[in-house]
Amino acid sequence: MNRVNAHRRDLVWQNIAIATPYLWLLLFFLVPFAIILKISLADPVIAQPPFTPAFDDAGRLDLTFDSFTFLLTDKLYAITYLRSVVMAVIATLLCLAIGFPMAYGIARAREEVRGLLLLLIVLPFWISFLLRVYAWMGLMNNHGAINNVLLALGIIDAPLQLMYTDFAVFVGLTYSYLPFMILPLYATLERMDPDLVEAAQDLGASSTRAFWDITWPLARPGVIAGCLLVFIPAIGEYVIPYLLGGPDSLLIGRVLFDEFFANRDWPLASAVAVVLLLLLVVPIVFLQRNQARDEEGAA
Amino acid sequence: MKKSGRFSLTMLAFGYAFLYVPLVLVVVYSFNDSRIATIWGGFSTRWYGELLRNDQVLDAAWLSLRIAATSATLATILGTMAGLALARFGRFRGRTLFSGMITSPMVMPEVITGLSLLLLFVSLQQLTGWPGQRGFSTITIAHTTFSMAYVAVIVRSRLAAMDESLEEAAMDLGGRPLRVVFDITLPLIAPAMTAGWLLAFTLSLDDLVIASFVSGPGSSTLPMYIFSKVKLGVSPDINALATLIIAFVSVGVLAAWLATRRRA
Repeated sequence: MNRVNAHRRDLVWQNIAIATPYLWLLLFFLVPFAIILKISLADPVIAQPPFTPAFDDAGRLDLTFDSFTFLLTDKLYAITYLRSVVMAVIATLLCLAIGFPMAYGIARAREEVRGLLLLLIVLPFWISFLLRVYAWMGLMNNHGAINNVLLALGIIDAPLQLMYTDFAVFVGLTYSYLPFMILPLYATLERMDPDLVEAAQDLGASSTRAFWDITWPLARPGVIAGCLLVFIPAIGEYVIPYLLGGPDSLLIGRVLFDEFFANRDWPLASAVAVVLLLLLVVPIVFLQRNQARDEEGAA
Repeated sequence: MKKSGRFSLTMLAFGYAFLYVPLVLVVVYSFNDSRIATIWGGFSTRWYGELLRNDQVLDAAWLSLRIAATSATLATILGTMAGLALARFGRFRGRTLFSGMITSPMVMPEVITGLSLLLLFVSLQQLTGWPGQRGFSTITIAHTTFSMAYVAVIVRSRLAAMDESLEEAAMDLGGRPLRVVFDITLPLIAPAMTAGWLLAFTLSLDDLVIASFVSGPGSSTLPMYIFSKVKLGVSPDINALATLIIAFVSVGVLAAWLATRRRA
């Protein structure tokens, strides 16, 4: 009887172990989104806090789609969303182009060095993200290392304008997100049997053919995971375009930040966030499906 | 075969150069005597001295370390519970929503997480009067929320890779579920919990955007201080600060790696 009671008490503990993180996430992750949605449907007013309550004094529901209408009719926002998506896609492709051969090289390296090579991929990730972006400011400056080297070699005779351009933003995005691409790629490539490629080549396939017929399809879960892990955060990126991009290169993370802090238009900032979230729902769900399938495949 | 080997070797060398050359240059320029950070004016350690006499930097660093340690500890407790729930407790009501909420914070753009949490804190304050002031507590809660997701994923994948037979054997021998968790499961996943804590600690120290949203006047974390300075351009004392962080992290990570390798 005592043991049954003890077991029952343990089940209570088990429920507490589920309920604690559950309630935390409900309160600090899910409820905030409901609040964003609510405020995106309010009117901005000069008050503290600067938006109209959801119910007016008479207790009637007072919601408006003004912020969304404004977002959809003002061309600036459409262009900014589009620019953000395009920049994120290009950065993702650059990461893939650099990351795939690196992940492949690491996965095929001798086992003793593989650990060290992986460590060197992860190491910059532990160093402040902000400082890694900052490092490029010194490098791409008009009097920075890149221009100095090119000038000394006589390749150019006037400094190139690298900073405050889209080019600088791509460099920053690729640099910062490269580890997110390499790690999932490595995980799938490492599981792959190298004999498969050799078998294909023994049977007469060219190395290009062997790559597209064998390596690429087998690496696909890693490619999908890596691309989404770069693409999703890159869309909303704030720091990199702020520090490296030009003043006119508006991206959506910056717009949201400015609407909120500079213009104090909380409803519009919330609407920007809601639309960004809607844009990201499809890739996020896709990523979770891909992860779940990959986990099943690995098990 | 040989050609592709040389190709991947070149790509590796290029890739690692891409990752490390900028960091090396920051370290080199931190010893530059010149005030104009991009022009070499001779070797000097003066910027380190100025950094250590700068109260703003020291205050911001102390606040960041306190937030990082607190939020990493909370995130490890909550994340381990969540990882256990997902990997060991079978089906429970709302499991799909739970696992969705666990993984989403990791990919959510920081501006959205930051905005949503600030709006929550503002609404809470209107309703309950708490938090009266935004700062340490609000940043800690925000950091705990997104880093517990990482801990949960690490703990969960460790549990998934682990054989359940030890735990089952302990149960068969009459161990109570709670004792089995504390005597068998937790010691086995301790390395994953440690890794999770370190990751949560780093993520917290790293965060600028979310902290900028949920902090109040007068509480600047280290990244917020750095950002306010580098907005204006390259500056020599930030080079010195970056060098200290790079040195600290590199030594720590390499030492941890060597320690685990020796044991293996």
